[in-house]
Amino acid sequence: MAATAMTDEPSFLTTLLARRSVVIALGAIGTIIFMALFANWLTPYELAEISIRNRLTPPGTNWWLGSDSLGRDVYTRLLYAGQISLSIGLVVALISSLCGILIGLLAGYFSKLDAVLSRVIDAMMAFPDILLAIALVAALGGSMINIIIALSIVYTPRIARIVRASTFVIRELAYVEAARALGVSTWRILIFHLLRNMVSPIMVQATFIFAYAMLSEAGLSFLGVGVDPSTPTWGTMINEGRQYLDQASYLILAPGLAITVSVLALQIIGDGLRDALDPRIAKEL
Amino acid sequence: MSDSEVILAISGLQSAFKSRSGSVRAVRNLNFNIGAGKTLALVGESGSGKSVTSLAIMGLLPQAGYIAGGSVIYKNRSGELIDLTQQNAAQMRKIRGREIAMIFQEPMTSLNPLFSIGDQIGEMLLLHTDLNTAARQAKVIEMLELVEIPAAASRFHDYPHELSGGMRQRVMIAMAMILKPALLIADEPTTALDVTIQAQILDLMRRLQKELNMAILFITHDMGVVAEMADEVAVMYAGEIVEQAPVQQLFKNPSHPYTQGLLKSIPGASGIIRSEDGKLQAIPGSIPMLNAMPEGCSFGPRCASFTSGCESSVEMKATDPLHWVRCRRTGENAYV
Repeated sequence: MAATAMTDEPSFLTTLLARRSVVIALGAIGTIIFMALFANWLTPYELAEISIRNRLTPPGTNWWLGSDSLGRDVYTRLLYAGQISLSIGLVVALISSLCGILIGLLAGYFSKLDAVLSRVIDAMMAFPDILLAIALVAALGGSMINIIIALSIVYTPRIARIVRASTFVIRELAYVEAARALGVSTWRILIFHLLRNMVSPIMVQATFIFAYAMLSEAGLSFLGVGVDPSTPTWGTMINEGRQYLDQASYLILAPGLAITVSVLALQIIGDGLRDALDPRIAKEL
Repeated sequence: MSDSEVILAISGLQSAFKSRSGSVRAVRNLNFNIGAGKTLALVGESGSGKSVTSLAIMGLLPQAGYIAGGSVIYKNRSGELIDLTQQNAAQMRKIRGREIAMIFQEPMTSLNPLFSIGDQIGEMLLLHTDLNTAARQAKVIEMLELVEIPAAASRFHDYPHELSGGMRQRVMIAMAMILKPALLIADEPTTALDVTIQAQILDLMRRLQKELNMAILFITHDMGVVAEMADEVAVMYAGEIVEQAPVQQLFKNPSHPYTQGLLKSIPGASGIIRSEDGKLQAIPGSIPMLNAMPEGCSFGPRCASFTSGCESSVEMKATDPLHWVRCRRTGENAYV
């Protein structure tokens, strides 16, 4: 009886996919990821193939999205740049989630640690993201690893804060006290009774961080403090194209659109996840 | 107290909370014993220190709370006497669940919504025994049958939200009892349930108590439940016990004005004292703030029999070998 009642309720996936915008966003980000992953199958050119004679050719049959100042195919570079930009976003989202969960749980559960950790988190949140990232990259040096480290440091407080707040709420709930009263160890309570109950806000926030990190990487590269300029990312492509804005605006248009579409898609997916995971909103959809 | 072997002896227990204006004592100089297979009911209104007492025994006082003195001697399964106030966190963890278990007032929120009830009951076995998955599952189903959950085997994978409040409290009881603890602390386990379910749960607890020869510390403010469950009653007021007696004695001859007030405020309780006009009576005022305790008898300001002598401190006196009262005027003729 109760079991059949359960199956009547729409599953999480059904609720998520009930929104057309989420389906489109999933399609868009899926296509972008697919194209980046299989870049070498999807383009006739090599990444570093130069053809000075054909520099700054507008989009056409040979160069679908035109060629840049060195005669490199923009479409090819866009695909390979996608590999880097997307992986930076994904890795930053993963690392900052892991660190944020650890810091947030410790701060939320052990109030002595909270005094220290929260002040650090507050101080970091008070700093503009991009400035903090620039300062960190300047200190660490501009490489892909350092960008990932810097952005992870920048976004860890966002997750930490959410986890800390959720910990505060959940640790006071009766089932956590009941678990303690029945001899469950602290780490088991942290993982099974606290963390398991805050998976959804973390997932939603991690999706947003994926998007923010891609955007920040593009910003850093555009400002010239990002990855090595020889490494193609959507940000470095815009930075290079900037110099030819008057003759070849398509140079920044393609990577600009790629960033916009990816970030927008991730944000829509994040919103969709949040609503689908919230049982009160999910019922209305 | 009784003829059974004492398994929990609390003496001089003091527990306090740190606050900005210094520390306040929530439990003052508490003494009681519980014998194996017996039920001691700890009765009192909200804020009287009942729950703090149970948390102090379990070593689960909130961060600001601490034990300021006294001892909680527990006789464990191997017959050793251990002072629960002196155990470290790891030792207490082994005692909780296995030796002493606890059930709470809120069956609706005492279960983790993300785990099936089978997994949650099984967690106890996972933590405290070496049984494998299949053996654990068999044992959990056996326990679910013992707490009278119908179609136990098919309920194993149900989630808490699929069960009613009464069923959830049965699950909590199954969780608490699966390791056959020697002492169960029940903190108002039936308060949130409706009356018919309440009776079933109390029946179940009594039956399991008999089967396991388990002692129960039953915390409640409901005198009706006390009459049904308890062997002995300790009435708490403002952090101390004001009257303690075997249950029949207490209902027949309540001696402290506060106990009398509690009994007069129960509707329709038969065979116990009523006020002269047969109306329900409320006790005027409310329990004193912990940081503003009155001088002498803490019940003084609310007591109809208050005299100037009540302003100096008062000790427990025996009116009968098993009946102890903390009231200066006990035995006086003039007194209500």
